[in-house]
Amino acid sequence: MPNLSVNIASLHLKNPVLTASGTFGYGTEFAPFLNLEALGGFVVKGTTLLPREGNDYPRMVETPSGMLNCVGLQNKGVEYFCEHIYPTLKDLDTNVIVNVSGSTIEDYVACAARIAELKHIPAIELNISCPNVKAGGMAFGVTSVGAAAVVKAVRAAYSKTLIVKLSPNVTDITEIARAVEAEGADSVSLINTLLGMAIDIERRCPALSINTGGLSGPAVRPVALRMVWQVAKAVNIPVIGLGGIVTAEDAISFIMAGATAIQIGTANFLNPSCAEQVAQGIAAWMESHKVNNLDEIRGCV
Amino acid sequence: MFLRTFVANKPIMPKIRADLTVCERTMLTPHHALLTLTARNLPVCRPGQFVNVRVRENDTTFLRRPISIHYYNGADRLQLLVHDVGPATHALCQTPVGHTLDCLLPLGNGFTLPTKAQRALLIGGGVGVAPLLFLAEELKKRGSDVTFILGGKTKADILRTDAFQPYGHLFLTTEDGSAGTRGFVTQHPAMQDRYEQIYTCGPKPMMQAVAHIAKQHNTPCEASLENLMACGLGACLCCVEKTTLGHRCTCTEGPVFDTRQLLW
Repeated sequence: MPNLSVNIASLHLKNPVLTASGTFGYGTEFAPFLNLEALGGFVVKGTTLLPREGNDYPRMVETPSGMLNCVGLQNKGVEYFCEHIYPTLKDLDTNVIVNVSGSTIEDYVACAARIAELKHIPAIELNISCPNVKAGGMAFGVTSVGAAAVVKAVRAAYSKTLIVKLSPNVTDITEIARAVEAEGADSVSLINTLLGMAIDIERRCPALSINTGGLSGPAVRPVALRMVWQVAKAVNIPVIGLGGIVTAEDAISFIMAGATAIQIGTANFLNPSCAEQVAQGIAAWMESHKVNNLDEIRGCV
Repeated sequence: MFLRTFVANKPIMPKIRADLTVCERTMLTPHHALLTLTARNLPVCRPGQFVNVRVRENDTTFLRRPISIHYYNGADRLQLLVHDVGPATHALCQTPVGHTLDCLLPLGNGFTLPTKAQRALLIGGGVGVAPLLFLAEELKKRGSDVTFILGGKTKADILRTDAFQPYGHLFLTTEDGSAGTRGFVTQHPAMQDRYEQIYTCGPKPMMQAVAHIAKQHNTPCEASLENLMACGLGACLCCVEKTTLGHRCTCTEGPVFDTRQLLW
């Protein structure tokens, strides 16, 4: 049996497969379809200090090999998470990572500090790349100065594993990655969705309520892979790759591009067992290719 | 895991992914197919619930398609009524007998069923009649007195009248008068009678008009919505409907809503 385990700073994953925030709810929605404990971990829905209603419907458009969404961080707030969701997750034998979002630096810090109190949440993923909210979100993630400022403030308040989720909607993603590494991020995850648009030509209006949305799914995979490859060469912290991964082969290509771990996102909607199957598929591939440890192939390209 | 069976003390049906075999396919019109699907060990389904069907990916189809359960025999068979409105539903309508469909089921909350016999009015528009047959079957089992008003633009848009007939009083309306009473479902005289419960499924403007009349009559009314969905499992939050309690997922907290909770 090959060794699939990997480490993201002090976070130990039994295999490199995580699920992407916003595509996996709070995990329990998928419990009928896979064994949550067979995953390296999962990243729960973007959580903010206060409850958010999100954007108006319509929030989703199907696109060739993908979809656009503009959900806009609908969630019941960090206190609700701590009181009602956390108790259902805390005894799972896997890593539950909370995606932390905000409109201001103070919000990010307060939310991260509250999550830090939860003993069985070993890491947060700082979302500085949501394209669907007016204030905060991607606004922080598209400049090195903004990204550095929020990471610096959260780093001071959060001592466990800090992953920063990067936006692809930038001129040079390696510059942002280096900026957050310099402020003490333990890892970067990429890519968040690509800003896109669809138009309903019969109604002559945008198909999404806020005009634009984030593109995800296999359509973005080549862009994501390229960015993971670039960032992995630019930083010394572990990179978590995501963007259109559906199969074990896709996942292995991200690891060869330099990713330490990967996330399954939109594919969860097509096949709710996908993440566990990808983990099994990676093991099978390693066995048939006589790879005992993912270090042997990581960043080989 | 306990989460699979209980959420907030309310039992929920176990959801499964299953390959269901198409054992019968009937084209009711050039644009409507009745698919009979079979599998051993189908989970128990309730009226108003739906299946999320994987359609082979093509240039425009990526996501699953939510299709309401038209009929369920309580054991190994269920039926879907599919309206061909684009490449994905076209492919579904054309699925050859013997092929399998990758389905997630049963999804959604379903209609509220009465604990005792009552007078119920079921109003369907177009392919929105789909969930009403299974609902009528369960209402009849409870001794309810069922009235249907089924509407469409023309006679060709009113589906499965022969299947509905045995379950209750059946009234039809068409906009062009080619079948039943000319006009909308809400203009039919049977709409003015008193009922203990109204159920409706169809185009949103129709359901809104029905909900409006139900409110005037002070009759409880449930509507089944068909908001665009991605996951069907309450994870992506794409299919939300605005309610008096804020945004609610149509896939898990619906598709059936008490119309008093909707901001119509």
